[in-house]
Formats: sequence, structure tokens, C-alpha cells
Amino acid sequence: MIEVISESRCIECNQCVSVCPTNVFEKVEDGVPVIARQDDCQTCFMCELYCPVDALYVAPESERPIGVTEQEALEQGLIGGYREKVGWGKGRTPVASHDYMYRLSVMTRF
Amino acid sequence: MAKLAADIQLKADVLVIGGGPAGTWAAITAASRGAKVILADKGYCGSSGATAPSGTGVWYVKPDANLRAEAKASRYNLGGRLAEHRWMDRVLDRTFSNMNYLSEVGYPFPKDDQGEPYKRGLQGPEYMRLMRKLVKKAGVKILDHSPVLELLVDEYGVGGASGVHIQTNDTWTVQAGAVVIATGGCAFLSKALGCNVLTGDGYLLAAETGAELSGMEFSNAYAISPTFSSVTKTAYYSYANFYYEDGSPVEGAGSKSGRSIIARKLQEGRQVYAKLDQAPEEIQQLLRVNQTNFFLPFDRKGINPFTELFPVTLRLEGTVRGTGGIRIVDETCATSVPGLYAAGDAATRELICGGFTGGGSHNAAWAMSSGSFAGEGASAYVKKLGVHGVDRNLRSASTAQHIDRIDGASALATANKTEEIVRAVQAEVAPYNKNLFRTDATLKASLQQLDQLWTEQRNSTVVEPSALGMKAREAMAMTATARWMYNSALARTETRGMHKREDHKALDENQRYRLVSSGLDSIKVRPEQVSDEHLVKEGEAV
Repeated sequence: MIEVISESRCIECNQCVSVCPTNVFEKVEDGVPVIARQDDCQTCFMCELYCPVDALYVAPESERPIGVTEQEALEQGLIGGYREKVGWGKGRTPVASHDYMYRLSVMTRF
Repeated sequence: MAKLAADIQLKADVLVIGGGPAGTWAAITAASRGAKVILADKGYCGSSGATAPSGTGVWYVKPDANLRAEAKASRYNLGGRLAEHRWMDRVLDRTFSNMNYLSEVGYPFPKDDQGEPYKRGLQGPEYMRLMRKLVKKAGVKILDHSPVLELLVDEYGVGGASGVHIQTNDTWTVQAGAVVIATGGCAFLSKALGCNVLTGDGYLLAAETGAELSGMEFSNAYAISPTFSSVTKTAYYSYANFYYEDGSPVEGAGSKSGRSIIARKLQEGRQVYAKLDQAPEEIQQLLRVNQTNFFLPFDRKGINPFTELFPVTLRLEGTVRGTGGIRIVDETCATSVPGLYAAGDAATRELICGGFTGGGSHNAAWAMSSGSFAGEGASAYVKKLGVHGVDRNLRSASTAQHIDRIDGASALATANKTEEIVRAVQAEVAPYNKNLFRTDATLKASLQQLDQLWTEQRNSTVVEPSALGMKAREAMAMTATARWMYNSALARTETRGMHKREDHKALDENQRYRLVSSGLDSIKVRPEQVSDEHLVKEGEAV
């Protein structure tokens, strides 16, 4: 579930408010958006991918909140890792074009 | 009625409901035929649905007679011979041209050994971000966070819909000559990856106008996932062995035919663990890149799934990876109701995969092909409608009571009631001993509960235009979906495709037909013959 919106990183673009398919976030006038409906989070990680400044952290636990703090997420280097792997963001190559997509198909039936 | 006083009133030739793969293909195809199109998604077109968060194979097969014949045969028997050659041929053709189109418009396919784009898979985030871009470029107006609460009809058929924007609570109405339902399947809020927006909404909307469903007995797909996670990627578990906590193997357990054994152990209350220890070391890194999201939960929890045990469960994917859905009556993906079309997981996929899971490549191919067929069909229908489409005396087709606003206390009561209904429906469809393994007695017992839940909602559900109203409608849709599922499952007294009857364990040759279900207060089920006609003769594939 979504656990963290980093106040220090968030640029208040409200992209997460727009892209969340289950409307978990709430826009705040002149402020950082809030996680208003955490129970509705389906742990799809899409908000993390669309956040342009890696200010969000979605914990893998989908059933209940586990209470990760921004500090913990940052210290463990958890923030921003998914977006990097998918290859979204300036100067990155989308994983969609990765050679391994084809290599794997040669070696398996996927 | 909300529609007369809607805050936002719009007109279009074609309204597409749902912004996943099927909906976006329907929208761009209808727009390319000159139709004015509006697309409404209850979440966000680009991130909503089962495709956006994951990677998927695609049933992309070059037009070579042998390759095509092999592709068609691959799931034909598994699906209980309910697929139709004519449809498989059309879908293979359309998928081939649509994937080639994606390459032309910039999808970054990887290159094969000849340096040619390799087009047998799509990464969801990339694919759906591109589809949203194409939809906007086609001049389609997108309404995000805009669930449809009711379809609008008159004596000519379906003529639009009304709903609400849940972030502003503005009500909206779209009057349209034709409506395409592309709302996905129903996974009953099981938290399977990306599936919590897939609550059978389109089935309910369609049935309320008199449309029928088909293959709803093929609705018991369960995916393997870690107990702690939403990520459902059963394919990778072909590399898994399954164990008990003490490391001893679970005899016979496997990701394919051995899934029932996992279910039975879980049912007995024994936790099953998996380890992907059959994956050769040289492909582990390839697997990691291919399904980035599969490894995300493991990485974040510090588990190496190739060397460490992790607890697994079977998460209900219902009709999302089942094959049942709205019955389509012709090659344009029209339903039996004039002006109403269905595409993607909202429509039956029996036509290309019979009764065996349409998950992965078949569903992806079906979504883009049926979306295109429906977009073409709907735009042609609107042209034919001409002036009749302009001034219509539309009314709501909804079986719920729609009101403008409810007060705070009633709102809380409604929210609690909705939650209670959802849990009660889940209690009938999630347990393996009710849905995965079916018997006459368990189906009838469940139907008694579900019928009661339907009657209760029918008499007392009030829907206000808000997120609360959306959830009340989702609860109705899930209840109705479960009833079509189990009435169909009761009628199919055999085991075929994914439908398993404990009291009829064999396939019965005499039941090689589709089951068409319809109705809301009282549900009817009838058989429909499978066509063995070939559109393209074997060996003559284009």
C-alpha cells in the first residue's frame, strides 16, 4: 500500500492525484497532496512510476498499512527504485526495449 | 433524475466506457472513422485496469499458415472446443496489424537477432501511456475519475450514460449514438494486481438494458501470488517448487495442473510456500527484466525468490482471467441491444479461447482486436442512425434508485452497508471449495445467499452521484456477476475448460455449447451452439 509522500521531495504537481486509478490521494491547496483513502489502495505501484521526483513509496504489503516512515524509506534506498527499473525519467531507456525481453523468449516459452 | 440536471452535459457519436486496452483501441478506431468520441474511465485512462501495471504476452503470430494453425490449436482443446475458427482468424489478423501499428507510432519494441522489432509482448505502463497519448491525439475527450452510474435508453436502444466525476462530485451526462462497454472483467476486489477497478460494472450496465452474457461459468480463475503481495504473475511459477514450512515438498503441486493441489492444501489450513528454484541461473536476470514488477515486492522485503521460501496464496481473478462476459452477436462486437457494443474482458472471450483462461497473450490480443471491431461497428452504426440519433427521449436503465444527494448520516449507513454486501459476496465467490471446486449443493447454497443480497439491494440501494454511489453500484454489479456465474455453473453439469464440477468430473460431449445467461431479478440460462465455420480455410491464412 502507499505509505509515504515525501514532503521534502514533492513538488506539488498532483500527478499522483490524477493517475491513481482508485483515487487514493487528495489535492491540498498550496500544499503537498495527502493519502486520504489508503484503504482503497490496490498496490499497483502506478503512482510511483508517474511521480516525476520519486517522492512516493508503495510498500509491497497489499492487505494492510505497515507504517513505513519517509526516513526509513529513504535510508533503505527504497524510494524511486521501481521507476528506475522501468526506465522512466530523464536520460533513462525504457525497459520495454530491453534486449532481455527478446532473449528470454528465445530461451523459454514466455 | 440526475441526467436532466447534470452539471456537465455532453454529446458524442460514440461513448466508450473504460480506458484500458480495449477502450482505448475502440476510441482511436471510432475516431479514425470520423466519429466524435468521448471516453470515460472510473479511474485514469493510462493506469486503470489489469494491463497497465504489468507486462503481458501478446498473441502475435505472423501470417504463416502453419504458425497460425499451431497458434489456434494451442488452447483449443484446453478450452473445451468452444472457440470458433472464424473468430480466432480475425483476431490473429487484427492483432498482427494493430501490433505493427504500435511499432509505427513509437512503442519501443526490443529488437530480435535480425534487428527487427520483437512484438510478442507489451509492457503495461509503456503501452497504456502510449494509448492515452494516441487517444488524445485522435481528438477524443477523456473523462478520468468518471464512473458511469447508469446507461440511458429509449425505444431505439442505448443512447448514452450518466455518471459523476468523483474528485469534484460534478454530475455528467453524455448523449451518444452508440456506447462501447470496455470496463473489464470482475475480480471481486481481491487485490489481484490492478484489478480492484474491475468489479463487473459493465456487465450490470449491459444487463440492465437487456443484453445477455455468455460463458459466465468460466469465471473461477485464481492466480498464484505471495500472501503479502498483490503481484499475480502465475507464469513465473512454472519455475517454482512448492513446499511446507519445514521444507518438505507438497506432492503434486504445480503452477498449472497442480494448482488444485495448492488450493486443497490452503483450504485445509496448511500454508504452502514456493521457491523459484527451477529457474536456471542464466535466465534469472532475464526474468527480472522481463517482469520488473514481479520482483518488486521481493526486493522490497529482502527476499530472494530463487533461493528462499515465501508463503503463497491463490488470489481470485474471476472473469478477468476467466473467459465469460457480455455476449456479442456479430463481427462488430455488437450486443443484442441496439447501440450497445462490448470489447475486451467485458465481452466473452470464449470465441477465441473457449472455457480456458484467456489470461495473458489471448486477452491482450482480444482486447486490441475487439476494441477495434467495436470502434468500427459503433461508428458505422451511428452513421446509419442519422437524424434519429439527434433528438431522443432518454431514460435511465438502472435498477437502482438514483438520488441527488444523501445526508451525512445516511451516507455513513450506505457506506457500511456497501462494505457488508461486498464481504458477503466475497464469502461466496472467493473460497476454493465454493468457486474453484463446484457442486450442485454448494452452488445452490451460494445462490440462495446471493439472491437474497440482490433482492436486498434492489429494494433499498440508493445511489448518489459520488464515490459512495460508485461503490454501491460496484456492490450491485459484483452481486449480479456472481449470480450469472453460479447459475451458469449450475447448468453446466460437466467439467470443461476451467469450470470444475466435483459432482461431474468428466467432460460431456453433449454439452459442447456455450451458456448464455440473462436477467437480473430472475436469471435465465440457455445453450447456444458453437459455430464450426471457417472464415479462412486452413492453409489459406492471409
